[in-house]
Amino acid sequence: MKAILALEDGTVVEGEGWGAEGTALGELVFATPFTGYEEALTDPSYKGQILMPTYPLIGNYGVSGAKFQSEGIKVEGFVVREKCDFPSHYKNTRSIEQFLIEEGVPGICELDTRMLTIKTRQYGTMKACLNVLEDCSDEEKANALELARAQPDISELDLIEQVTCKKPYRLKGNGKRIAVIDLGVKRNILKNLAERNLDIFVFPANTCKSEILNVEPDALLLSNGPGDPKRGRNAMDMVKKSAGEIPIYGICLGLQIIALALGCDTYKLKFGHRGANQPVKNLKSGRVYITAQNHGFAVDIDSMDGIAELTQLNANDHTVEGFENAYLGIKCVQYHPEASPGPWDTEKIFFDELATIR
Amino acid sequence: MPKVEDIKKVLVIGSGPIQIGQAAEFDFSGSQACRALREEGVEVVLVNSNPATIMTDFEMADVIYIEPLRADVVAKVVEKERPDGILAGLGGQTALNLTAELAELGVLSKYDVNVLGTPLEAIYDAEDRERFKQAMERINEPIPRGVTVTSVAEAEEVATELGLPVIIRPSYTLGGTGGGIARTLEELRGIVSYGLQISRIHQVLVEESVLGWKEIEYEVMRDANDTCITICNMENLDAMGIHTGESIVVTPTQTLTDEEHQMLRSASIRIIRALRVEGGCNVQLALKDGSYRVIEVNPRVSRSSALASKATGYPIARVAAKIAIGLHLDEIRNDVTEETPASFEPAIDYVVVKIPRWPFDKFSNADRTLTTSMKSTGEVMAIGRTFEEALQKALRSLDIDKDFGAGYENWSETELKRLLEIPTDDRIYAIYEALKRGIFSINAISELSCIDPFFINKIDKIVQMEAKLKANLRENMRKAKRMGFPDERIALLTGRSSEEISDYRREEGLLSTYKMVDTCAAEFEAKTPYFYSSYEQECELKPSTRKKVLIIGAGPIRIGQGIEFDYCTVHAVKALKEEGIEAHIINNNPETVSTDYDISDKLFFEPLTFEDVMNVIEKENYDGVMVQFGGQTSVNLAVPLKKELERLGAKTIIMGTDPENMDIAEDRGRFSKFLLRLQIPQADSGYATSLEGAKEVVSRIGFPVLVRPSYVLGGRAMEIVYDEEELIRYMREAVRVSKEKPVLIDKFLEKATEVDVDAVCDGEEVLIGAIMEHIEEAGVHSGDSACVIPPQSLSADVIETVRDYTRRIALGLQIQGLLNLQMAVKEDVVYVLEVNPRSSRTIPFVAKATGLPLAKLAAKVMLGHKLKDLEVNDVEIGHVAVKEVVLPFLKFTGVDTILGPEMKSTGEVMGIDDEFDKAFFKSELAAYNPLPLDRGSTIFISVCKEDRAVIEDVARNLKKAGLSIVGTKGTVEYLRQRGIDAKKLKKLQDGSPNVIEMMHSQEIKLVINTPTDKQSYKDGSQIRRACIELGVPYITTMQAAKAAASAILGMQGSEIEVKSINEYFTK
Repeated sequence: MKAILALEDGTVVEGEGWGAEGTALGELVFATPFTGYEEALTDPSYKGQILMPTYPLIGNYGVSGAKFQSEGIKVEGFVVREKCDFPSHYKNTRSIEQFLIEEGVPGICELDTRMLTIKTRQYGTMKACLNVLEDCSDEEKANALELARAQPDISELDLIEQVTCKKPYRLKGNGKRIAVIDLGVKRNILKNLAERNLDIFVFPANTCKSEILNVEPDALLLSNGPGDPKRGRNAMDMVKKSAGEIPIYGICLGLQIIALALGCDTYKLKFGHRGANQPVKNLKSGRVYITAQNHGFAVDIDSMDGIAELTQLNANDHTVEGFENAYLGIKCVQYHPEASPGPWDTEKIFFDELATIR
Repeated sequence: MPKVEDIKKVLVIGSGPIQIGQAAEFDFSGSQACRALREEGVEVVLVNSNPATIMTDFEMADVIYIEPLRADVVAKVVEKERPDGILAGLGGQTALNLTAELAELGVLSKYDVNVLGTPLEAIYDAEDRERFKQAMERINEPIPRGVTVTSVAEAEEVATELGLPVIIRPSYTLGGTGGGIARTLEELRGIVSYGLQISRIHQVLVEESVLGWKEIEYEVMRDANDTCITICNMENLDAMGIHTGESIVVTPTQTLTDEEHQMLRSASIRIIRALRVEGGCNVQLALKDGSYRVIEVNPRVSRSSALASKATGYPIARVAAKIAIGLHLDEIRNDVTEETPASFEPAIDYVVVKIPRWPFDKFSNADRTLTTSMKSTGEVMAIGRTFEEALQKALRSLDIDKDFGAGYENWSETELKRLLEIPTDDRIYAIYEALKRGIFSINAISELSCIDPFFINKIDKIVQMEAKLKANLRENMRKAKRMGFPDERIALLTGRSSEEISDYRREEGLLSTYKMVDTCAAEFEAKTPYFYSSYEQECELKPSTRKKVLIIGAGPIRIGQGIEFDYCTVHAVKALKEEGIEAHIINNNPETVSTDYDISDKLFFEPLTFEDVMNVIEKENYDGVMVQFGGQTSVNLAVPLKKELERLGAKTIIMGTDPENMDIAEDRGRFSKFLLRLQIPQADSGYATSLEGAKEVVSRIGFPVLVRPSYVLGGRAMEIVYDEEELIRYMREAVRVSKEKPVLIDKFLEKATEVDVDAVCDGEEVLIGAIMEHIEEAGVHSGDSACVIPPQSLSADVIETVRDYTRRIALGLQIQGLLNLQMAVKEDVVYVLEVNPRSSRTIPFVAKATGLPLAKLAAKVMLGHKLKDLEVNDVEIGHVAVKEVVLPFLKFTGVDTILGPEMKSTGEVMGIDDEFDKAFFKSELAAYNPLPLDRGSTIFISVCKEDRAVIEDVARNLKKAGLSIVGTKGTVEYLRQRGIDAKKLKKLQDGSPNVIEMMHSQEIKLVINTPTDKQSYKDGSQIRRACIELGVPYITTMQAAKAAASAILGMQGSEIEVKSINEYFTK
């Protein structure tokens, strides 16, 4: 199989096709961890995006399923330098290619991914079209470029509704009750809550306040999720209505939506943060933690004045990584304490604290 | 501005001479640290005994001491300099141990010196096996079950309980010296008793075996504010059971899931926190099916951290030094991006492979099995966008006559199986061969070798590609290049010439592209021009239009081509920068200063083969290439590069001496004619392509003769042959003679004094840097001989002759740059033995002894400057500097310790003082061969008949110094006849008291033993071996014995005095 990857700046690259035949549309984003492709592929936050690891060798340890972050692949397409056809790991059940085929996701390989990363860094995140097909004609290339450019911007897409759960469900525990607003929640967030014995109620993103408060939760957690936070209107409303009544926590997209609800602003980063090496400075202790991140939008730091207290800052580009509002009982982080993939440095700090809700 | 304001002056301790297990990486980390401290306004006092280091250069520190690294000596430096702090974590185990000793002696508290960075307690916790175990248990980190023992009996008990095999690790030793795997109780007894002897605290750990588990490493950093980061992780291809310095290592890990990676990363961070390390730290872990054990922690920068620095671009030593004076990670800038702070973790978008370089070519009798104790002298690193590419680049960076490809057909199937199972330097080639023959499956190879099938599969891809290339070159060329196939092998496989292949590539536009090592996988724009080649779509290299020069480095540290050549490379860069010319380096050694990212204007981390070097030259279109500094590796490229550059009509020239003239010096036949023409005496010589021919040559010139194959480096397979019997053996066994490779036969000048000269010539004038007189006679390889500046025994006439010959040869060869000459003086006749038209091992020693930066001057001359414009003159020094070598015999059991024409030393030290005796004494002390001074100390003497006349004087001097003498029958009787009191000891097999017993009981403080006739040879070699293993100082040549006795006498009634190099040169 052959494959074409076309970007909105006019770049059209040919490579080898793998995974499922067909066309994928979305933003091309690069991620810098060298492990964790299984977790990343199944991370709902990648909905609407074509994922490209910067590390060139992908699939070395195969696919086990043990660390999926949702029931299946959420990325639209997968761009790698080299895929591994002979995975080696005691938990391996199938190769990365088999997994893509099963899930009907197209992939491209044997192309210069570093070149594409640099283009992305320079141009900003680009809309892309990935087409896996029999033969790459000039016509197909032109067509792919057309499709890449014609697709709607990610901010115009309602991605949350594509990844949130259809119905509420409960993961019973003996501890305090926590209501999770599922904007595309990663399994490891729920696992962390369950490990701390919390009584977990998961709600679809569009659930209304009264339905949630019906279960008498001790706290709300807005999960991670895909796309522009400004598309998360329901969740935003809910935060507006509940703030002050109940402690609210947020992770990633959850943080951004809470910030918007409080009256702050968000904006799209040039090419986002997607890595397992992002330094976050805790402004109280002065200590820096290495975090897992996966976000394309950020809270405007200047818009936070007088609304919330900035507690954590990205040491690389000084963007918002965490804030609190003690009066309203709000605590949020921009990064992923649940990692998967990524470092576990903040997992215990975040979830232990969450488990001791007043 | 340092956070700790009262730290204004810091003592940095270096690691001393290059040894196996402690190589150039500490010059790299030490110089980085010195620069980092001075950037923060801290005054740096440096002490190191190794002159061949960049860190001991004048501009590296405020005050530099080249003195023995012994606690009593360093204490004097402390007393004199009164530093506020001491930096222990950057000079390897040597500096760490020294700092611990200084603390124990109360020196640090007496002078109020703070231990900067990692506290001593943490060092003890990490180094003391029992304390380490307790520390790990406190934080619930799993370690292999094991018990620390102090006797063999205890060890047996523990091993029986744990079940064999068990691992034995002595406390406080370098590079795992003395450790091993015991599969039987007998093996256990041997390893434990040896380990107990060499452990500084007489302790070894007997431990559960995790053989066959994956060996994974993490490089971790922590600051005083408890911020912890990991720089990278590494996966050893070779499973647990082989020292990581002996393993092929890949970065990042290839076969670990994110969960496993994070599990081990988190454990490493918990450990560095628990140990309260402030700075860098290396954590080694074993992993199997999701569970792990913590194996070892090095609370300092190490060889692995040097590798991690070069593999990621993150300057660990620099950051560790800043942490040590109180800065926090987020207050330190990442110099690569210039925007982000040092408190991040590097992201890698390439594959790095490291392969050790072993000296088995020098020690043909040594056991080549790889164990938990190090044998390699150096290593190479290669970077690629595929694993195959990185591996194949690393293999050809080794600069040995082995690679994937032909040459392994003679291994039988049984042999092959054994090579797969028992690790040696040949295993990687055995895997290739086994796959090529198809007689073992991938899983079978993996099971035999305990190497993950992932890597075997990758090597199999290489094997498959060979077949594909044979079938269809055109279709597979790009893929093959992406897998790191050199043109030469593609040519071989497809029956074409390398030239055809490279021209074909040029036509097809299939050219190497260069990618950047930027610490961040391109997430941020990098400012550091650090490149590696690959065959990709985009090339990130932007050739500049300035005048620029490529300097070819020296590759891996090996015996015969060590750190000295890296030193010269760095100096060439400095010279170019001073002249405003862009200096680029191509090299593949991750341990060295020359491959530090901020030394050159551009760094290419590449193999040093013709193709890899040409690719860079073509891309950058240099004005010139410098081949003189990287030793024989780069000199060998001179002629082929020149030819190719002319063929392609490139503007690039080989700078300095014309390769054609270099060839005159290199080619024995041409050189001999050249000397004849100049009427300069040379040893009679000839060459032979057969035994008959050899006999004929000898009948003309007479025994003894020095024989060697043509074209060798560092005296390989060189021997002195005294009679026909030996000649026959040599011609039959030692060398494979052919028409293309004749054997060179030189008349051996017995009892001659050898002289080394380093000089710079601009084609018109000659600057003689120094004339060095060897302590050992001609016949001992110049690299293994101690030597002294200025000469002590040569007459003024002889010195004038040496100068005259040097000038005439330099001008005769039209040298533009460096040259090194070796001469022998016999009965006041000066013979020229060898001329090397390049940098030499002694350049840094000369620079430190005389203050003349020869390498830098040579680079300037090569740029067209005249010596007279550079305003330098021959210097007369008022002090004496002695270079002494260190030998790696401790690492090679079963190898005899005598010196010969084959070079064996790994490194050197310098002793400098106002007179010869004191300088020589210091040099021995620095070379870990301390001469006894205490009255009443016992010295053992046993020498061959010919040496007896000399030993009389030696013995008299020793007696005068109040020492007592014991010896073997012949020597003692000879001395007694001359009225010198000496005690006779029994032969080894005749019972007590014998010398070995007395060495065990530490009664004997020095052994003087020269090789004797064949009957007592065995005794002699046993005694010499015991010296090595028991750490008793020893001397094996009469000249050294004379110097030692004179030094011992000369030191009577005086103490070692320390004096900085700066003081020697400021008047």
